[in-house]
Amino acid sequence: MKPILKVQNLSKDFIKSLDLVAKGLNRIGQNYKEEVVHAVDDVNFSIFKGEIVGVVGESGCGKSTLGRMVAGILSPSTGSVEFDSSQANNKEIPSALRTQMIFQDPFSSLNPRKRVVDIITEAPIYHKLIPPSEKRAFATEMLQRVGLDPDTLERYPHQFSGGQRQRVGIARALAVSPEFLVCDESIAALDVSIQAQIINLFVDLKDKFDLTYLFISHDIGVIEHISDRVIVMYLGRIVETAPIETFVKQPNHPYTQALLTGVPRLEVGKRQYEPISGEIPSPLSPPTGCHFHPRCNFATARCKAEKPALRKIAPAHFSACHLNDEA
Amino acid sequence: MEPILKINNLQTHFFTKAGILKAVDGVSFEIAAGEIVGLVGESGSGKSITGFSVMGLVDPPGKIIDGNINFKGKDLSALSNDQMQNIRGNRIAMIFQDPMMTLNPVLRIETQMIEAIQAHDGSISREDARIRSRDTLGLVGISSPDERLRAYPHQFSGGMRQRVSIAIAMLNRPDLIIADEPTTALDVTIQGQVISEMQKLCRETQTALLWITHDLAVVAGIADRVCVMYAGRIVEQGLVADIIANPMHPYTQGLMGSVPSQNQRGKPLQQIDGMVPSMLNLPVGCAFQNRCNYANEKCSNIQPDITQVADGRQVRCFNIPVGQRL
Repeated sequence: MKPILKVQNLSKDFIKSLDLVAKGLNRIGQNYKEEVVHAVDDVNFSIFKGEIVGVVGESGCGKSTLGRMVAGILSPSTGSVEFDSSQANNKEIPSALRTQMIFQDPFSSLNPRKRVVDIITEAPIYHKLIPPSEKRAFATEMLQRVGLDPDTLERYPHQFSGGQRQRVGIARALAVSPEFLVCDESIAALDVSIQAQIINLFVDLKDKFDLTYLFISHDIGVIEHISDRVIVMYLGRIVETAPIETFVKQPNHPYTQALLTGVPRLEVGKRQYEPISGEIPSPLSPPTGCHFHPRCNFATARCKAEKPALRKIAPAHFSACHLNDEA
Repeated sequence: MEPILKINNLQTHFFTKAGILKAVDGVSFEIAAGEIVGLVGESGSGKSITGFSVMGLVDPPGKIIDGNINFKGKDLSALSNDQMQNIRGNRIAMIFQDPMMTLNPVLRIETQMIEAIQAHDGSISREDARIRSRDTLGLVGISSPDERLRAYPHQFSGGMRQRVSIAIAMLNRPDLIIADEPTTALDVTIQGQVISEMQKLCRETQTALLWITHDLAVVAGIADRVCVMYAGRIVEQGLVADIIANPMHPYTQGLMGSVPSQNQRGKPLQQIDGMVPSMLNLPVGCAFQNRCNYANEKCSNIQPDITQVADGRQVRCFNIPVGQRL
């Protein structure tokens, strides 16, 4: 089976170029260098049609930058994101519309000066997917799809609660019949009971419209619930990808193991936390070799010197750790 | 054991132009020394205002209109501002969600910590206060505290800042710490570190801890007892283990069903439909009735009282679902 989305050698560097003073000082013999952050560093993965792929990692690991590149909002420094058009549900939709993004903050992602009906129909009218005369009927249908009352068509975003606004954001994304949705922390800003409603909505929509998701979240509980496959990132690199059962039961990479033990869980109850020490290092000067070695309990001299490659250790299970070579 | 803090029928209302908003409406609970109590609720449930009321930090148009907050035999709500100043930051300390709310960005950590000590103890010398600050920083797991004392808040990462604000809260060995969403802004691994420090500190120093959060899973891991709040009232309280094993109030059940866990993979989450009603016009009767599957006519006419259903277990519901009853 061919993947619907293929990401190859994708990297994104953010460069802070030298200011005038530093340039001047360099001329008289000082040595100021440009600061470079490798936000995403040589990432490869594929996603198959109908899959929900979760991306987890701590803040600063590059998961949002990855999502933005997949959605086409950021252009990659090197590498490519390929979408297989032959597997599209609706081949008449322009390829630029096939990937849509749903953002974290339902407050800043909607234009406060537009009515819901215009927010939803702006893109489809512009791209001539619907004639302007059908705008109200179309918006009504979209609102019903995401479980909102069509009476709210004429309202402004501030007249909605957080959960309802997130539904408007989803309706806007669905309005151009996308094949692929990138959800970047889409439920992180919502209350627990509303979170559950939106998660259920995502799953329903996937089944109804044959969608594929890249689901980015720092919340491992949510990722475990919704994803089929998980990508774990640390400082711009993928450290492990695994099917969800393997991720939960036999995580391979020491970082994945540490993440999983840190998750608060209802069913575990009161317990002693045994956290991993240290913090995520600055991406401006990442550690040599394996990025995780300063925090890793199993680190050896090799981990410090050599970057581990992401290698297959079981069917569909990849991990970037030197320890796997010794076993 | 005699409780350190005993809140009885606390009512904190906000007198707004649109009407009276009953943010906290008859909350009662107690905390014993060394005990960790979780106060759980969604945004707008009044959990933070409960914490602010204890600290005497409710600003107009908000006002504590009834009830008493008994802290070691004294009623805090009757104290003058000066008297409260002596207790705040000294006997009761607070940790906020955003550590930058606690820390002054233009002062060294050292200055801020020494100030917090000297404010409550005029006789202590600067040098002694500095030594105590250093030791407290070490206590919350900050390495090389001597050097870190000279740093400014922006030189710390988010997790480290939160440790500094915990250290400041611990400085005067308070009897009670109120922590308002202290780990919500932190990453999972850092959250684990902070929770583990807090657990250790409370055990070692017998400090009572009120942990305010929206995250039931965090509370399940740290607290001894839990109070669940909805629309300004406590709807259920009891030992954590009992509530997790057997939630009685329909809201607590819904809240637990909403937390994704490994055992429910592939099944839809048990969601609570609808949303929290506006606090300005709560329905007559039970505030949860319009989202409740068990609601009947009685629920929409009479406000249920919180009732003792077992030792240390209270629930505010007329129809505790069959099968959940003790």
